[in-house]
Amino acid sequence: MGIAFKKRVAAPQLPSRSAYGDNRTGTHLPPRAGSLNGVIVPEQPGKNAIEVRGVRKVFGTGENQVAALDTVSVSIRENEFFTLLGPSGCGKTTLLRLIAGFDFPSAGEILLHGQDIAPLPPFKRPVNTVFQNYALFPHMTVAQNIGFGLEMLGKPKGEIEARVAQMLKLVKMEALKARRTSQISGGQQQRVALARALAPQPKVLLLDEPLSALDYKLRKEMQIELKRLQHETGITFIFVTHDQEEALTMSDRIAVMSAGKILQVGTPRDIYDRPAERFVADFIGETNFLAGTVMSKKPGMATVKFASNATIAAGYPEGFDPTGEVTLVVRPEHADLVPDPAKGTIAGTLSNIVYFGTDTHYHVRLDGGENFIVRHQNSRSSPATYETGAKVGIQFEEDAARVLKD
Amino acid sequence: MAEPRSIDIKEQPGFRSIAIICLLVLYVPVLILMIFSLNSGSLVTHWEGVTLGWYGSALRNEEFHNAARNTLIISISATIISTVCATLAAIGMTRVKPWRGLAAAFMVINLPLMVPEIITAVATLSFFALIAGTFGLNFGIGNLILAHTVFCIPFAYMPIRARLEDMDLTLEYAAADLYATPWNAFRRITLPLLVPGIMSGAALAFIVSFDDFTITQLVAGPGQTTLPLYIWNQIRRPMTPEINAISTILLLVSILFVSVSFLIARRRAK
Amino acid sequence: MTTATLTPTMPSKAALFEAQAVKAGARRNRLLSLPALIIIGIFGVLPLLIICVYSFLVAAPYGGVQWQFSTDAYLNFLFQRDIFDDTLQFTPDFLIIYLRSFLFAVVTTIICLLLGFPTAYFMATRPPAQRNWWVLLITIPFWSNLLVRTLAIMFIIRDEGLINNALLALGVIDKPITMLYTNFAIQLGLLYAFLPFMVLPLYSSLEKLDFRLIEAAYDLYATRRQVLWRVIIPLSKPGIIAGCLLVFIPALGAYVTPLILGGGVHLMIGDLIAQQFGSGRNWPLGCAQALILMAAVLVALFFYVRNTSGKVQHG
Repeated sequence: MGIAFKKRVAAPQLPSRSAYGDNRTGTHLPPRAGSLNGVIVPEQPGKNAIEVRGVRKVFGTGENQVAALDTVSVSIRENEFFTLLGPSGCGKTTLLRLIAGFDFPSAGEILLHGQDIAPLPPFKRPVNTVFQNYALFPHMTVAQNIGFGLEMLGKPKGEIEARVAQMLKLVKMEALKARRTSQISGGQQQRVALARALAPQPKVLLLDEPLSALDYKLRKEMQIELKRLQHETGITFIFVTHDQEEALTMSDRIAVMSAGKILQVGTPRDIYDRPAERFVADFIGETNFLAGTVMSKKPGMATVKFASNATIAAGYPEGFDPTGEVTLVVRPEHADLVPDPAKGTIAGTLSNIVYFGTDTHYHVRLDGGENFIVRHQNSRSSPATYETGAKVGIQFEEDAARVLKD
Repeated sequence: MAEPRSIDIKEQPGFRSIAIICLLVLYVPVLILMIFSLNSGSLVTHWEGVTLGWYGSALRNEEFHNAARNTLIISISATIISTVCATLAAIGMTRVKPWRGLAAAFMVINLPLMVPEIITAVATLSFFALIAGTFGLNFGIGNLILAHTVFCIPFAYMPIRARLEDMDLTLEYAAADLYATPWNAFRRITLPLLVPGIMSGAALAFIVSFDDFTITQLVAGPGQTTLPLYIWNQIRRPMTPEINAISTILLLVSILFVSVSFLIARRRAK
Repeated sequence: MTTATLTPTMPSKAALFEAQAVKAGARRNRLLSLPALIIIGIFGVLPLLIICVYSFLVAAPYGGVQWQFSTDAYLNFLFQRDIFDDTLQFTPDFLIIYLRSFLFAVVTTIICLLLGFPTAYFMATRPPAQRNWWVLLITIPFWSNLLVRTLAIMFIIRDEGLINNALLALGVIDKPITMLYTNFAIQLGLLYAFLPFMVLPLYSSLEKLDFRLIEAAYDLYATRRQVLWRVIIPLSKPGIIAGCLLVFIPALGAYVTPLILGGGVHLMIGDLIAQQFGSGRNWPLGCAQALILMAAVLVALFFYVRNTSGKVQHG
């Protein structure tokens, strides 16, 4: 099925990403009136699908001014599955709305293939959105919903029908095309919303926490489905979520946001293994924080001494110069328990053992008074041999510890 | 041994009886009035037998025809004007950034609901007398249409505004996202979803105009008798069950329109 | 979000666009409310201003006004000018009618509340399907023709009416009890007219009541009566206040009910005002009386508004 679609989009009568390229004749906005009905046709596609340059968004006036986005810059590449990740209120949805055109930046530029789209109203941007609550038109059928964008673009009827049929097939909703959107399940509504946003073949698809209303199992299914759709259509996806697991499993790259700023952009592995800031380490996955003092350092590596006088080599992010008292972060799975306290890098007393099925968490109260968690994967051959109250040592894997700015 | 009685925690003693009494109090007098419209005797209080004759005589009555025609002209015109105005106002007051004077505008729209009807009636009478005396302006039955439009607007406005406020704004964003211009988004998304509210508002506007007595009585000029005024004129003469028949017709019209408005509103809630 | 101190920056092209487009759009939409505002302004608000002016003029002999300033209309409310020596005599006739109307309105409000609250509560505790029927049954009289409903009461209580006929037939009485054209008739008519106006707002506030709170109250050893007085009634206060306003204001200005059931003998404010524009031929007096009624209504509104805001802070 997936392959069939690929062939179809490659076929000349229903071009996919090449469509805008073919129509492009080097014109700038506003475009010639024509098949695209006033929607801009981007200039020469560059490497970046979206470029956000120094964008600020301020809500309110005077005393009540609040900066939802505080001078954000980020580049999103073509064909990328890009995720904006952060807690609620971090500005990720604001950024998405600016790209969609529902809000306008207070300062800065938003470029789509090198062209500033910030002054364009949403109906002139080749960008479509999948809304958090889907926002399906309740007075239309599934097929009418999917065809709406094409209809507004003034496409011929035959083409709309063909594209709708193709989209129905893509999201496996052919059987329900004549249903009202109120008569289908949440998961099905999700598929229709996707098909509706993909039907006009946008350059960029924006997804605003589209999976948050689904239950756990359906969410897992849709995560795979979304990856498949992105792969098959080759459209740039910008995905907004507060769910770090979702972000890690689906994204090509992630931008972690907090308080209106982008803290780090990188691949899931970058973000997880080499967090740039304490907030990133804390927000994504579980992390242990340890206090220490920098003794010496060479590029990218510092020697840090703990209160127990033990020392450890710890990496640190580029552009950061750790000195004096610092915080070290260590992922729970990058440390190991040893029965002999003297053999560990640090030592403490086992205060709690929590069983999670796939793994076990050992809570250790360090001699310095801090708490430390060690995660141990369970296997039948290695039954737990520790007991609460025992003195234990903790060993770190190589490169496990990192110094981060607070 | 008695089984422990399960109590319905929501019940309060005696409330059911009071509710049923209220319902009876509200309906029995009206039902009696309706039943006597079928009385074959010529007294409004002595039952003699069943006939539809009074409806026949009402329908053949020239005065009744005139009153019915006036009523329909006034209430249909007032309904159309007020519903159009109310729809525009509801959009103009919900689909905008808050502006200074919005609260005042809202108060003006709802003013006719807060002022006792008799005050509106004498004020409107004074107004039309003044413009007739000063400018020689008299719109004839238009005076009544305008007076009715004023108090119909808030009734039409309420359900339309409620519907607009209930409507998910992201639907309009979604339309814009899918290349619909503001006008297309309104025509294809907002308006179709607003239709039940508009119908509900129009039904209410029609009822209040159709039933109005106080303002009509004071403002109406000679020959501008409406159905409620016709009934009032009949009360002051020796009465026959014909008045019951006409009253019943009025009640049935109200019931029809209330039910329509109610059903539309309920379907929205589903 | 941050409340970072905002350094002034040059607005971007986009911001300029937003400023123009949004403002233009908003202004265009604002204009949509103009037709309604103009119609109500000219034919609803302006007339109210005109009667304010009229109340300070002199009555023309055959209705209407003469353009001559006078405060007689207001003086006439409490005093009568002696024909011979031109002195002012205190005449409480109008005041009595106002006080009686006030009393009628208060009694109507109280009885409607006593009957309406249990009814609304009972409705709110029905299963949803039944609830809809109840609401429709209360909504129909709410919107039905008041004149016709008043007529229905008249047919029942007149000397040859259903009640007297039944009592005569049963031999309870030997001559009809006079009920029509009495204060009793007006009071009954007001209750009948405005009962639905109490039930509906009460219902809409009781419908939103979280019944888990009642469970919680029972769980904390409250009796049925305590649950009613300590939980249900305080929580439905907004509905009670709205209902009382919706009954009190139209009852105070009632016109049709006393007109038909009072027979022109027992007047209320509404009939008094109308009389000045009819047989009384004293428009300025009528305007003054209307404005005094309006003032009473505003006082009631003000009292309720202050009362509600105070109560909210208290709770």
